[in-house]
Amino acid sequence: MTTQTDPQSKLAAYSNPERLVSTQWLAEHLGADNLVVLESNEDVLLYDTGHIPGALKLDWHLDLNDQLSRDYVDGERFAQVMGERGIGRDTTVVIYGDKSNWWATYAMWVMSLFGHEDVRILDGGRAKWVAEGRDLTTDVPTDTPVDYPVIERDDRTIRAFKQDVLEHLGQPMVDVRSPGEFSGELLSIPDYPQEGAMRGGHIPGAKSVPWGRAANEDGTFKSREELEEIYLGEQGLQPSDDVVAYCRIGERSSHTWFVLTHLLGFERVRNYDGSWTEWGNSVGVPVER
Amino acid sequence: MATQFTASTRTDDLPEAMAELAGEFHALEQKDRLQLLLELANDLPDLPERYDGRLGEMEKVDECQSPVFLAVEVDPDPERTVHLFISAAPEAPTTRGFAGILHESLDGLSAEEVLGVPDEAPYRFGLAEAVSPLRMRGMVGMLGRIKRQVRARTTLDERQ
Repeated sequence: MTTQTDPQSKLAAYSNPERLVSTQWLAEHLGADNLVVLESNEDVLLYDTGHIPGALKLDWHLDLNDQLSRDYVDGERFAQVMGERGIGRDTTVVIYGDKSNWWATYAMWVMSLFGHEDVRILDGGRAKWVAEGRDLTTDVPTDTPVDYPVIERDDRTIRAFKQDVLEHLGQPMVDVRSPGEFSGELLSIPDYPQEGAMRGGHIPGAKSVPWGRAANEDGTFKSREELEEIYLGEQGLQPSDDVVAYCRIGERSSHTWFVLTHLLGFERVRNYDGSWTEWGNSVGVPVER
Repeated sequence: MATQFTASTRTDDLPEAMAELAGEFHALEQKDRLQLLLELANDLPDLPERYDGRLGEMEKVDECQSPVFLAVEVDPDPERTVHLFISAAPEAPTTRGFAGILHESLDGLSAEEVLGVPDEAPYRFGLAEAVSPLRMRGMVGMLGRIKRQVRARTTLDERQ
């Protein structure tokens, strides 16, 4: 049985309203059949300090990244990660996390590389749930593992590699990093560790739209109208455009990928996960400052 | 990677409290190591009142993903006893846990003992596999900054 969607009016205005749920909806649906809630954070221990009852931890680095090469897990490992969390191919998965859902949208993007159909984001993420004083627990559920099929990862549709970006130069591109990173003044996120890019600046032709502009103070997404004003009105992008988004390692640009794809209905948005840590270290690629 | 792993179980060149803590971590399975790290995060003492509103004067640890502020005091006693004061947000339990390990291991030691801690000591707790090696950088940065401050404070005094 397909889990019903959240009928809240703010969500209904988005292109794919079924991709987002409110805290209220989630609170009412916790424990529903064939629904699994995942928490995905930057901090690997945050889940263990208390999480939404029934939620399971999905760590972007330990569970979704290959531990040897800079890439995502393969189909077999992905099947294992999903299966051991009780997720089947037709399970509704709701993901939430810290940092305005950076890692939640990143996890959704990776799940989308494997074509998992019903993945939703909790609007406002962990911070909103906590701010509303909703239940948290440190009990880790013991889910019965299920069989998840081994699916070949699709790297062509929503993922861009360096070569794809080189071929894309001159077409719409969104740099979602902070203004200081875009201008080349900073080599990493303000207040973050130096991630070792040899060059500062941005990919020629990229528009600077910091990811945070799509989010409200409480971590929820801005309304469709507000988002259209930014991406369509101010930046002149069109839903029919072929767009590449990037940041530093692909986490903040997953947030923008989600906004453009699922909230504004853009037809082709690719996340360049190599992002600045690849581009800013590559020999011979053009850089603009 | 293999060399690092061999080095990671060695504790005989660590100060006693640090060696003990490393031993505790190694005795646990990966999952339980995270729980111990969380306990250390919870046990990190609050800053004493004299540091209230003075975060700006403390040293910021840029290697950590979340804001961490550090102050080191060295007593004028013959041992030059070291005291550590570290502030990290509750929303960043991993970083707090790293701070907790260093506080538990080093607070109250002599300057000489702190300076003798190997720079790669953060890799001796068997945590790299539990939290991913990428995240260990924050603890390496914290230790480096602690040692630098201790060194600065002790050499400065010698010159006076």
